[in-house]
Amino acid sequence: MLLITCPHCGPRAEIEFRCGGEGHIARPGPHDAVSDAEWADYLFYRTNPKGEHRERWLHSAGCGQWFNVARDTMTHQISAVYPMGETLPEASPAKEAAR
Amino acid sequence: MTRHYSALSLLREGLNGQRGWQPAWQDADPKPRYDAIVIGGGGHGLATAYYLAKNHGITNVALIERGWIGGGNTGRNTTIIRSNYFFPETAAFFEFALKLYEDLSRELNYNIMFSQRGMWMLGHDRHGMEMLRRSANAMRLNGIDAELHNEAGVRAEIPGLNDSPRFPILGGLNQPRGGSARHDAVAWGYARAASALGVDIIQNCEVQGFLIEDGHVRGVETSRGTIRSECVGMAVAGHSTVVAEKAGVRLPISSYALQAFVSEPVKPCLDTVLLSPATGTYLSQSDKGELVIGAGLDLYLSYAQRGNLPWMERAAAGVIELFPAFSRMRFLRQWAGICDVVHDSTPIIGATDLGGFYVNCGWGTGGFKAIPAGGWCLAHAMATGASHPLASAFSLDRFRTGALIDEASASGIAH
Repeated sequence: MLLITCPHCGPRAEIEFRCGGEGHIARPGPHDAVSDAEWADYLFYRTNPKGEHRERWLHSAGCGQWFNVARDTMTHQISAVYPMGETLPEASPAKEAAR
Repeated sequence: MTRHYSALSLLREGLNGQRGWQPAWQDADPKPRYDAIVIGGGGHGLATAYYLAKNHGITNVALIERGWIGGGNTGRNTTIIRSNYFFPETAAFFEFALKLYEDLSRELNYNIMFSQRGMWMLGHDRHGMEMLRRSANAMRLNGIDAELHNEAGVRAEIPGLNDSPRFPILGGLNQPRGGSARHDAVAWGYARAASALGVDIIQNCEVQGFLIEDGHVRGVETSRGTIRSECVGMAVAGHSTVVAEKAGVRLPISSYALQAFVSEPVKPCLDTVLLSPATGTYLSQSDKGELVIGAGLDLYLSYAQRGNLPWMERAAAGVIELFPAFSRMRFLRQWAGICDVVHDSTPIIGATDLGGFYVNCGWGTGGFKAIPAGGWCLAHAMATGASHPLASAFSLDRFRTGALIDEASASGIAH
């Protein structure tokens, strides 16, 4: 079971959270200039790495806030938790150890 | 030497000290070149190799498996076989698989222990019953057996259900020809039959890259050397995106862990397969006497084959809600398999943008029941270059054209 450190409430069990899937996805546009393939990519194609994954989580049973998580899909190790709107720099070490 | 299994061969080997049996399949070393390569030694890969040889006469085939035969999802599922789908395309496909299963023990000369004990889905409220009625009608229109029962009918067929459940049992939908089979036997039977037709079954052989020239696949780089072929099929379930990425092919798949459990073995107490969406219960009893219990998908991407505790607790709570008598039973084993989930819960079978590279993936939580048809259709695509009529709607292109077959909504599939 995951122990997730909510930026607002601190470490809590995973049952308090909901995973919103891949983070940092931008809607393509303007809409009439977007090809079918680009729409398909936006709607249905997601990164599915065996390793570190950037995703959004919602503390649904707590503060109700969304935030970003960097998590390894093999080990489930959480290497960073950071606020919405921020991008974890590619080369930086994990900003915050989760446990 | 004895290859064919029969009462006579059992008797002969019994008198002979069991010394004459041959290995079920030959563990082969890779040759430099094949007419076709199948990646993945699970049910779908093995079935593909078998039907390439049997239906299309292509016997110079390498089946390469990273681990061992039956060590992936084929050995990690809850072995349920059914065809209770909604849309004509999916219903026809899964019904074809069920019909192949009905004859598979005889065809492979290997007892897959297919038991058509029925598959029940319970309705716990008015809306649930409306969905079941709609499903029953859709199944019958598609020519598939379906029975709708009221509460008395359910209780008459399934003894031991809770007398006063929190979620009342208003009725149920039964597919009498649904049931379960021995999952290992399906893999071993296909491996044995494919090997007998000349397929090289190569274990402990990991695909590390693809040879590609002029937009066409020319072979694979593996941990056991380069293997060349102009025709490569992939059936690797939860790792589909990882392997396809090595070929530069992107798939609309997300990988999630699905866990299951078995209880300690007890005397026969449940002679059917039971699904109760409202309580999150998925339950049957194996021939060994264990209760086989399925849980839900983990809610986040995972390649870790271990599952998690909250879902385990939820599955147990659901079982006890339906069958209070099971509350003292212990879990004996727990495990998880990795499912490749797509948006419409319908598989992807057929060609990709890379010439000569075909995929069989996107089964989500329900690949086991499809094994014979999945292998049949992937073999057809690899041998002929054209999609099999049963799988023509399951193209990768549907995510671009929008021609989705949304079984997730239509038949309430849980992924």
